[in-house]
Amino acid sequence: MNALLTVTGLTVRLPLDGEPRKVLSDVSLGIGHGEAVGLVGESGSGKSMTARSIARLLPQGAQVEGEIGYAGTDVRALRGQGLRDFRSKVSMVFQDPRAHINPVRTIGDFLTEALRVNRRVSRRVADGQAVRALEEVGVADSRRRLRQFPHELSGGLLQRVMIASALLTEPRLLLADEPTTALDVTTQAEVMAILDELRRERGLALLFITHDLELAAAVCDRTMVMYAGRIMESRASALLHERPLHPYTAALTAARPSVLRRVHRLTTVPGRPVSAFEAPGGCPFAGRCAHVEDRCRERRPDLRPLAGGEVACVRAEELHQEPAVTRD
Amino acid sequence: MTAYLLRRLGMLVATLLVSSFVVFAGLSLAPGSPLATLSGGRSLPPESIAVLVERYHLDEPFLSRYASWIGNAVQGDLGVSISLRQDVSDLIAARAGTTAGLILYAALIMVLTGVGLGLLAALRPGIVDSLVVMSTAVVIAVPPFAAAILLIGVFAVNLEWLPAFGNGSGLWDGIRHLTLPAVALATAATAAIARVTRTTVRKEMDHEHVQTAVSRGIPYMTVVRRHALRNAAVPIATLAGMTTASMIALAAVVERAFGLNGLGAYLVNAALSKDFAVVQGISLVLVTAFVLVNTLVDVVAATLDPRIKLGRQT
Repeated sequence: MNALLTVTGLTVRLPLDGEPRKVLSDVSLGIGHGEAVGLVGESGSGKSMTARSIARLLPQGAQVEGEIGYAGTDVRALRGQGLRDFRSKVSMVFQDPRAHINPVRTIGDFLTEALRVNRRVSRRVADGQAVRALEEVGVADSRRRLRQFPHELSGGLLQRVMIASALLTEPRLLLADEPTTALDVTTQAEVMAILDELRRERGLALLFITHDLELAAAVCDRTMVMYAGRIMESRASALLHERPLHPYTAALTAARPSVLRRVHRLTTVPGRPVSAFEAPGGCPFAGRCAHVEDRCRERRPDLRPLAGGEVACVRAEELHQEPAVTRD
Repeated sequence: MTAYLLRRLGMLVATLLVSSFVVFAGLSLAPGSPLATLSGGRSLPPESIAVLVERYHLDEPFLSRYASWIGNAVQGDLGVSISLRQDVSDLIAARAGTTAGLILYAALIMVLTGVGLGLLAALRPGIVDSLVVMSTAVVIAVPPFAAAILLIGVFAVNLEWLPAFGNGSGLWDGIRHLTLPAVALATAATAAIARVTRTTVRKEMDHEHVQTAVSRGIPYMTVVRRHALRNAAVPIATLAGMTTASMIALAAVVERAFGLNGLGAYLVNAALSKDFAVVQGISLVLVTAFVLVNTLVDVVAATLDPRIKLGRQT
């Protein structure tokens, strides 16, 4: 498989209360050139940790197993200049632009920092590129914006600035960690549209992290669902949305409120999400699953191919045969 | 920015008016008549008394006396020293250079050493950090006069590296003579700056925007300089400024200990010889310097952190 990024058997433990706790468990995924992959899950499911592992942004003391390959290089072995070069080819868009942009430096400084520090581009040339990048993400009056400070801009504008800065270094892979979660709904749609359009224009590969299954399905070619630090299901977005294979995906789809149905009370997934280190032996979702059987608790199900995708559920075939379990 | 500076200027003038009033009122609050205070208890011939009454408008009410005093002070006339029979302004001008040099020198040592040690401790957790934390905890408790005695004992008497007494002549000799006093004045302050630098740089390194910079492949030391140290500069500059202002008062102790001919030592002498015009004059100059430094600190903080101006306006 000619993938841009391959992650194989990634397991990450973080020190918590002095003990290493597992946050990712045997995660494998691949992203092809120009492919958009969604990573969906509840809080604490390990979506962000996956992205952080790829960008080598894990906190100190993290124990990592498994392999991460990017365009033929072993990412985990990179040090010093090699690591910095890799990071400038993989851009990250963070969830909260207000926290992720230095408040005492200007927007212009934020946008051009990587160009000036890493590529030795002159201030004038870098400013010119920044102005064009801001125009591309639909920020009006861009030359004045360069002199403004983050607190003078709205959250939506700041996230556009963040996207512009991520694209300025012409990366081949974009890691977007819940880029629209901190924004209000109308701004979300605009920012998403810009991100999607620019990505397609440039043929950028994208790892899009979100807790919104429908948003991921709308933007991405393929969507993966994570739970308790594991990938539970991976399929083409359209299929995943229509006929989920895993009971967890089905429960997520059912929990999404619809404007077409009138309900007394919104459907939820019973129980609370667990982290990888709290997960019981066997299937981590067993405790909350409506279709649980004894054998679910015995052995942890591996990801296996089914119906054009992959799923980690022992009952996937039989459940797949039944008419759609979640929606009427 | 202009509006902010104008507002600060207004506050500066108001502070100076109030503090000069307090300095002046001291003359009237002192036990005995202002005349006795001014003459320092000496018995004067009637002509001299007439001169003093005329010079200080002692026959006029309190507020108009203050008005004429402050009017003269603004024009640089701070009265006449009783003991030396010289203009207070001239006496101050002759000594201000030493004190200003001492404080600037001490401030330089404080900022360079303090920020350096703090950065080292912040970025090298473990043994280096523990050493800095422990040594600064001890040093921060050493007052300038104790530091002065220690420095004289070690570097002037035992090692004979640096002179311990007097001003010296010429630039190089002057700097050599100021070195021990400046170190004595800066010691505790340096430890304070080192500790604040360590804490704030650590805190800033944990901020998300630092992670953004790292994720872009910016070299580590550049990240530290452009994002951690730059953002920590606001609390560091504020503390450095306040400490420098407090050195204006502490300089008196150090100047006495090292026999420096500065304003602080002269203030102590004048107070001992009850030369009240000199005490008033020096107090006014020191208070003005203190207020000016504090204003400077606020302006610098506003320049370093663009959010401060906004906070004041709303």
